[in-house]
Amino acid sequence: MSNIIDLKLVELVDKIKKKELSSTEVTIDFIERSKKSKKLNAYISENYENAIKKAKIFDQKPDFKKKLPGIPIAVKDLFCTKNIRTTAGSKILENFVPTYESTVTQNILDEGGIIIGKLNCDEFAMGSSNETSYFGNVQNPISENLVPGGSSGGSSSALAAKLTPATIGTDTGGSIRQPASFTGTVGLKPTYGSCSRYGIVAFASSLDQAGPMTHDVKDCSLMLEIMSNYDTKDSTSVEFKRENYLDNLNENIKGKKIGIPKEYRVDGMPKEIDELWEKGIEIIKKNGGEIVEISLPNTNYALPTYYIVAPAEASSNLARYDGVKYGFRSKGENLIDMYEKTRSEGFGDEVKRRIMIGTYVLSSGYYDAYYLKAQKVRRLIKNDFDEAYKKVDAILTPSTPSSAFKIGEKLNDPVSMYLNDIFTVPINLAGLPAISIPAGHDKKGYPLGLQVIGKAFDEQSILNIAFALEKNISFKNNITDWWIK
Amino acid sequence: MTIDLKTVKHISKLSRISIDDNKAKKLGKDLNSIFSFIEKLNELDTKNTEPLTSIAETTLKLRKDEIKSENIREDILKNSPDKNKDFFVVPKVVE
Repeated sequence: MSNIIDLKLVELVDKIKKKELSSTEVTIDFIERSKKSKKLNAYISENYENAIKKAKIFDQKPDFKKKLPGIPIAVKDLFCTKNIRTTAGSKILENFVPTYESTVTQNILDEGGIIIGKLNCDEFAMGSSNETSYFGNVQNPISENLVPGGSSGGSSSALAAKLTPATIGTDTGGSIRQPASFTGTVGLKPTYGSCSRYGIVAFASSLDQAGPMTHDVKDCSLMLEIMSNYDTKDSTSVEFKRENYLDNLNENIKGKKIGIPKEYRVDGMPKEIDELWEKGIEIIKKNGGEIVEISLPNTNYALPTYYIVAPAEASSNLARYDGVKYGFRSKGENLIDMYEKTRSEGFGDEVKRRIMIGTYVLSSGYYDAYYLKAQKVRRLIKNDFDEAYKKVDAILTPSTPSSAFKIGEKLNDPVSMYLNDIFTVPINLAGLPAISIPAGHDKKGYPLGLQVIGKAFDEQSILNIAFALEKNISFKNNITDWWIK
Repeated sequence: MTIDLKTVKHISKLSRISIDDNKAKKLGKDLNSIFSFIEKLNELDTKNTEPLTSIAETTLKLRKDEIKSENIREDILKNSPDKNKDFFVVPKVVE
């Protein structure tokens, strides 16, 4: 039999259900490998001992009706986990221990999942390379000194390196799909309102969504099924019929109309990405899908819109970090001085930069020129998609305009870092579901992804299209375990 | 449009984040490059466009105002950087 860590999530579940493997064996193997992989810096907090205890308890009285029977899983450190430290990658929450569980992690626990640790991420999920984390850079298992993407960089690294059989991330402007694309893994951002935001450290509330990150589309369908539910604790949670995504998964895309937006052919995009896109188009045609040229005319305005809306919401969400009730506090001469020093020392540079952008665009005299303008353009961007979906069932694009870059390469140029999210940000603005699947390599051997964007609440269709693509692409990640001596 | 040092200082005050002059200069540079990129939105005519405030354009649901978690005072206070009995402590605000 192959090694436990090489098994996909669905295979692990199956083997535990058939009693070929115990939860304890599986949990120990992933933990042992995590211990040997400290060099990746994927974890912020470990929950190893507790997890093994829970696995043993599961094995004593196993419940095989659960969807994740005794499965170990590490999660992004943006999800509040009861009694397990939750930092959001920030110094300001370095010692914060939540008294409650996020709905999404509770769903995982309810299905028998066991949390083995909390994974590194950009501070408050603000970043595209995991370099803004207070807890340090994360290595991409693909190659040394390569970023794993961000903000869910610890998640993508841990998954690709097989430290966890599946994981979860959050996606505000591409934070699941871009790291998935950089590490040769699958990442899905559900429709806004699909997964509850309760207990997720808030960044930009009208854009944030939690979603699965997995080795393949089957695993992704299973995780989505577990994570997604209507939740009264999140006022923007949407009541709609959730599918049995895994049971319904099928590769038949005959007659499906797939849109190719011409605006996504950006200048300077590497040739390999264009070829990858063509390859995707050919596969769709070969499998009976119909390719339709579409236009999303306001695509170029998505990033500037995002860099008003997201910081504005962040500046108001992060106002709560005042050093009073929880988190880091700095000494001050008076209350105001204490606030100012606490926030100055507790937040990193990128977070401060975004709070200040947000404060500025919301401030008196500038609100109409920036914030209101951005909300109007956001409507135009959403209208583009509404128009397109009159003609097509889904849209196919590359996931990112480049493959993973070196650590430090883009750190001093915020705008060039932001451009990384050019293909993912419009989807968050429109609240749509989208999945990134690994589809090939560039000439350096780094993975590249394709993105399938769906209609709101139609996750099943994009999973099916991704499944068909996956079967025809047969992508293989080249990971050499270079970080294990 | 350019954001000068005075404006950066003003935003930092509004954000309750103290910054020294060196940082303010660097930040000013970053903000200017980000805002010149944002200015692109002015190319668009949005006179007749309604702002999109939320993607889930439904009325928010009401729920009963009920206590769901009890006896968590101790746990909550454990996260506090400074406390005294059942209270959070802050620097003196009333002379």
